[in-house]
Amino acid sequence: MRKKLVSAAALAASAVLVMTACSPSQSGGGEGGESDAGGGDSVRIGIKYDQPGLGFREGDGDPTGFDVEVAKYVAGELGYTDDQIEWVQTPSANRENALEGGEVDMILASYSITPERDERVDFAGPYFVAGQDLLVRAGETDITGPETLDGKNLCSVTGSTSAQAIKDDYSEGVELVEQGGYAECVTYLESGQVDAVTTDDIILAGLAATPENSEKFEVVGNPFTVERYGVGIPTGSDMCEPINEAITKMKDEGAWQEALDTATEGTGYIPDEELNNGPEAELESCDD
Amino acid sequence: MNGFFELFAEYDVLGAFWMNIKLTALAAIGSFILGTILALFRISPVTSFRTIGTAYINIVRNTPLTIIMVLGVLAVWGQLKVEFFGDFDLNFFAYAVIALSLYHASFVCEAIRSGVNTVPLGQVEAARAIGLTFLPAARIVVLPQALRGAITPLGNTLIALTKNTTVAAAASVAEASGLMSTMIEFNPDLMIYIFLTIAIGFCILVIPMGIVTTWLSDKLAVAR
Repeated sequence: MRKKLVSAAALAASAVLVMTACSPSQSGGGEGGESDAGGGDSVRIGIKYDQPGLGFREGDGDPTGFDVEVAKYVAGELGYTDDQIEWVQTPSANRENALEGGEVDMILASYSITPERDERVDFAGPYFVAGQDLLVRAGETDITGPETLDGKNLCSVTGSTSAQAIKDDYSEGVELVEQGGYAECVTYLESGQVDAVTTDDIILAGLAATPENSEKFEVVGNPFTVERYGVGIPTGSDMCEPINEAITKMKDEGAWQEALDTATEGTGYIPDEELNNGPEAELESCDD
Repeated sequence: MNGFFELFAEYDVLGAFWMNIKLTALAAIGSFILGTILALFRISPVTSFRTIGTAYINIVRNTPLTIIMVLGVLAVWGQLKVEFFGDFDLNFFAYAVIALSLYHASFVCEAIRSGVNTVPLGQVEAARAIGLTFLPAARIVVLPQALRGAITPLGNTLIALTKNTTVAAAASVAEASGLMSTMIEFNPDLMIYIFLTIAIGFCILVIPMGIVTTWLSDKLAVAR
């Protein structure tokens, strides 16, 4: 019995070691020729599957949304046709691992550029500048911004753009509920159990633009943080420059605006002009 | 490792674990009471009581805890608008404790029933012979012996309950696993250390429970 226990303990210990070994130490993907711009067999792009308007996919159907349109355009500029794109689902918590482990060549999944993330991956872009905002029931006039939420109920997603920040910095008297996904938050908003949902404005606009939600909700349009959505690529990748060029071209050609309009149709949502043309929209340097 | 210790200043890690401990304690009490009642149902001489007990066990034991938790919050709170407390935090805490209690009661019931099976039939016959009816016989003679025989499975259930408190994140309770998601979202460079911190925290909670369970089951076993 004792012997068995010892060997079980040893097994558990080695399992922990193996798990540790798979993570950050194994960095610097993209050594292979595969990530070279242009002409390869296929390109694997990480997107979200559960954010209508940004990255959304039902079953094996074609994914839709703004992230997806930008990804297609960028891939096109790199020399890949739409058929050569292999879509991979990359949930928030898994994005750095997917890039480091070489599961994807690039990620466009409402991926804000932050210094902490920059430690593990590189960013091209940003291709969009979002900001944390509020989604309310259509016709709501009391809520105009984060400081008007005292005594209201607010929903956000666990481990995401922090609703706690609203409580700490703006409205102390706000009641918070955190859920697994924004779909739950929207059902509460509809049933009246919460008065507002918070996350990045374009995600909210995408939620409000789905056919089942149309005309029911509206985005307040008073963003109070800056979230620069970048294209995540493995550290040391040579794709940064070409991606930046592709993004610039997409904006110049008007395809960018077109994709955005389609994704948020019918919500009256207009991305913050100042943010998307100001210094925040300046492209990341590819030199680091 | 850079910035790892600042995490403890920025996030209330101990507070999150304290929430798991509170959930465990209250749900342990709730599920023990409900589980004992269910066990009485299942060993009772009345057929309809036994049917009710069996039905509860079979339905609840085979439903994933997440479903019960989400059903509570999404349907009962979200649509039927049942509120136990005006304060959100307290309200969701109550939902989590109720869901955990309902779920684990079925396991507690089966643990106690396995303990009842260790009580020799002669004990029950003797209790009836001196004139005790079902409830007094169960309370004075059968259950005390059954519980002492059921320490190990009850301990296992308590350990499972402790780890299952992480599901309360689905009910918007600020506990350790939800905090882990938040910390990883904002500090992906420290992902592995954050994960290990939470994992070790649960080891610290659970390992003593296993040791105490083994010790108690040796000490309290009914010598036959």
